[in-house]
Amino acid sequence: MKLTLRVWRQKNAGAEGAMSTYEVDDISPDMSFLEMLDVLNEQLILSGEEPVAFDHDCREGICGACSLVINGDAHGPERTTTCQLHMRSFRDGDTIDIEPWRASAFPVIKDLVVDRSAFDRIIQAGGYITAPTGAAPEAHATPVPKADADFAFEHAECIGCGACVAACPNGAAMLFTSAKVNHLNVLPQGAPERETRVLDMVTQMDAEGFGGCTLTGECATACPKGIPLVSITSMNKEWLRATRKAGKR
Amino acid sequence: MARTLWDSSVGKKTVMAVSGMIMLLYLVAHVIGNLKIFFGAGEFNHYAHWLRTVGEPFMHYEWTLWLVRIVLVVAVVAHATSAYQLSRRDIRARPSKYVHKKPRASYATRTMRWGGIILGLFIVWHILDLTTGTVHSGGFQEGHPYQNVVDTFSTWYGNVIYIVAMLALGLHIRHGFWSAAQTLGVGSRTRDRALKTVADILALLLTAGFVAVPVGVMTGVVS
Ligand code: HEM
Ligand code: FES
Repeated sequence: MKLTLRVWRQKNAGAEGAMSTYEVDDISPDMSFLEMLDVLNEQLILSGEEPVAFDHDCREGICGACSLVINGDAHGPERTTTCQLHMRSFRDGDTIDIEPWRASAFPVIKDLVVDRSAFDRIIQAGGYITAPTGAAPEAHATPVPKADADFAFEHAECIGCGACVAACPNGAAMLFTSAKVNHLNVLPQGAPERETRVLDMVTQMDAEGFGGCTLTGECATACPKGIPLVSITSMNKEWLRATRKAGKR
Repeated sequence: MARTLWDSSVGKKTVMAVSGMIMLLYLVAHVIGNLKIFFGAGEFNHYAHWLRTVGEPFMHYEWTLWLVRIVLVVAVVAHATSAYQLSRRDIRARPSKYVHKKPRASYATRTMRWGGIILGLFIVWHILDLTTGTVHSGGFQEGHPYQNVVDTFSTWYGNVIYIVAMLALGLHIRHGFWSAAQTLGVGSRTRDRALKTVADILALLLTAGFVAVPVGVMTGVVS
């Protein structure tokens, strides 16, 4: 395949960025999108240019490091991560626009790499349980109803990639935060911090400068792990419950 | 608790949802009242008079009406203020646009802000037109709402303003009702279809009901 790539290039956080156009040839449809970018970078290095910086780690769709807005879609046209997107989703001769996640809470560090540490601080605010660490506990020690386990697992699938924020017209982190809150709040292990978790995580989310939810549903459409939009509804419910309880105390 | 609500984006959205639902309830009552215009001046004017005597003898003349007005003003101000503040936050959170643009979300979703502004301007116009008579086209007569309504819809701009605003209202409610359910945490996977259907029906009935009045005057059914 022969492709024209228009890639966001930005020297550093303070620099002005712009789209640059590159041609790549001999791309196999079986390559992943990141492998295609590797080909581009080898080409750039050979010609003495600065390679394009982009985030990646596991390349198996589980770590959440890869990002990229491809032709206006977070993680591109398929519902998967950029590392699991294959070039067969494109056609020979295509022009592909590649941009970084856009949100003021995710400032660009270089080219396609953004700073997602705001997510870490939301997790620090309450995305954990208080439990003695050590060997894994006996699985039957704390029974969890099947429906609750399924609900927790569905939300635990969130890999924290930030596609929801990138896709949201308001740069909101509601889907990410709700996935983390719901995952822990439904389980007995998460019960001791049930109220403080949701209140503190939402407060931190606001403090990081993410936008609010206008229920456009873009986040859930972009999510490579299929976290549903009703996740946000469940978090709103938890937040209102916690606020009422805090009001009584 | 009030501070937590107002300081949080989720809380402010709750204020929007509750104030929106209050206005929505009012509009359902309002449209039922308006439709009495099709049964003649006597019935319509009598209904308008009754609005002022609701609750008597427990309430004094117009007390109930003023109570409703106060609740509505609080709802409109709370709704508009939180809409403004939340929108500012949303725009700040996403300062740079993507170079590659895609059409996003449904029409009703994308028009919440503009539609809301149209509705806000309309509410002011509507009160100045048919409540105080300040901008009314004919000789505004207090206590004769039937004639006042006919006069308003005998001008082309009266018809345009009302019909455009009611179309905006339909769209606003279509996304708003369903959204409020999500904000208040009563939406769910199993209830989603039902909520969307109710939102569509409410939007359609309210818009059709309100638009029927100018159409009635234009076609001579009401005169
Ligand atoms: C002063 C005029 C109005 C303005 C400026 C306005 C503005 C807005 C905006 C911008 C939103 C979307 C906010 C968001 O998604 O974050 C919204 C939502 C909403 N509006 Fe309005 N609106 C107005 C009048 C009305 C009226 C007359 C109703 C009565 C039916 C109404 C009912 C609603 C409802 C139920 C919502 C959904 C709240 C939620 O998302 O939880 N609004 N409004
Ligand atoms: S690189 Fe790990 S999820 Fe894509």
